[in-house]
Amino acid sequence: MDDEPIVRWYWIGDHLGYLGHLLADHAVIALVPVLIGLLLAVPLGLACARYPRLYQPLSAVFNIVYALPSLAVFVVLIPYTGLATQATVMIPLTFYALAVLLPTTVDGLRAVPDAVRQAATAMGYGPWHRLTSVELPAAVPYLIAGLRVAAVSSISLASVGALVGRGGLGYLFVDGFQRTFPTPIVAGIALIAVLALAVDLLLVAARRLLAPWAVREKGAGS
Amino acid sequence: MNWLNWLSDFFTDPDHLSGPDSIAHRVSEHLLLSGEALLYAALLAVPLGLLIGYTGRGVTAVTALAGAARALPTLGLVTLAVLLAGVGDTAVLMPLVALAAPPLLVAAVEGVRGTDPDVRDAARGIGLTHPQVLRQVCLPSAAPTLLAGFRTATVQVIATATVAAYVGLGGLGRYVIDGLATRQYAVTVGGALLVVLLAVSAQLFFALLARFALPPGLRAQQRPR
Repeated sequence: MDDEPIVRWYWIGDHLGYLGHLLADHAVIALVPVLIGLLLAVPLGLACARYPRLYQPLSAVFNIVYALPSLAVFVVLIPYTGLATQATVMIPLTFYALAVLLPTTVDGLRAVPDAVRQAATAMGYGPWHRLTSVELPAAVPYLIAGLRVAAVSSISLASVGALVGRGGLGYLFVDGFQRTFPTPIVAGIALIAVLALAVDLLLVAARRLLAPWAVREKGAGS
Repeated sequence: MNWLNWLSDFFTDPDHLSGPDSIAHRVSEHLLLSGEALLYAALLAVPLGLLIGYTGRGVTAVTALAGAARALPTLGLVTLAVLLAGVGDTAVLMPLVALAAPPLLVAAVEGVRGTDPDVRDAARGIGLTHPQVLRQVCLPSAAPTLLAGFRTATVQVIATATVAAYVGLGGLGRYVIDGLATRQYAVTVGGALLVVLLAVSAQLFFALLARFALPPGLRAQQRPR
């Protein structure tokens, strides 16, 4: 591997279609779980904000879930979901996303000042109307901060799925390593970084659009 | 085959009880590699983070860097490092250090910046020099945040060190990777469970440390993560 350059550009030129296909697969595997995580986090977060007793045990559970090594979880799921299936990788990623999004949702809902809530009630808003037009919009900056962390981590984690046969761009790492050919690895790292950056910028743009009042960045709650 | 069969197969296999493929040996390899990575990351990130947090210079850069580091796929870094530097501890340590350093850096910066400014001023007022303030006032007050940073970094490194087996190193990842390659799910699942156990123990260890090792005055101000 002494004469092998780190990047052979012609390989990238020859494989553009292939790289595009892996990129699309990666985006699905990594981002659909974040969307599902969001759909689960909002109702769960509402329940937790209303019943704080529920939040304590749930947040403890998700703290542990977040610490579970992704490769180990993929492997444990294989007997149920099969080798090299999307589900094997997407189910754990959904839980990781939920583990990030639940605390941020609860923080966001709790951050609505009581005065605002009371003002909405005084103006004649019912509980449902108040939720959809006052409390959820106020939580949007928090939700988006959480989504940024969840999406970027998910994009990077999904590549580990290549070790169990389904990792989108992660396949390039396995392929390049087996052939002692660094070009696909470099291409994979670069495309994952580009995908993460693109999603991050989209989310920042979404925050500008949905929550123009939130000029400063709200705590992401790592 | 079910779970109990797999686990009893895994834990009673004579190869897993003694010798180079024994569970005890693999766990110690795993902990050694993780510990080494954490040590280098701490030596690199903590002093730098304390300095940045104290002076307040470069905080934005640190936040941006930590966000960007999250996007780096460790499997890619590990395979690339091995192709470029050859199989060995150094090649695998570099990505692990790169993984552990950002949370430690952020924790050090945030911890020092979280020091009550009045307390800092008072310490200056009674004649402490800047290095003394940093060491005697800011460092203790940053301890809870630093500890949380170490917990995040440790758990991530233990999880990711599993991947090191893919490029030929030891540790618990050996079971996972070898089991997958030979289609022996008992081995794979056993190894995976051991990694989970190790990661959860590390979480518990840091939770206990935060409860018992911190000065009493600091325990109350810890915010739940």
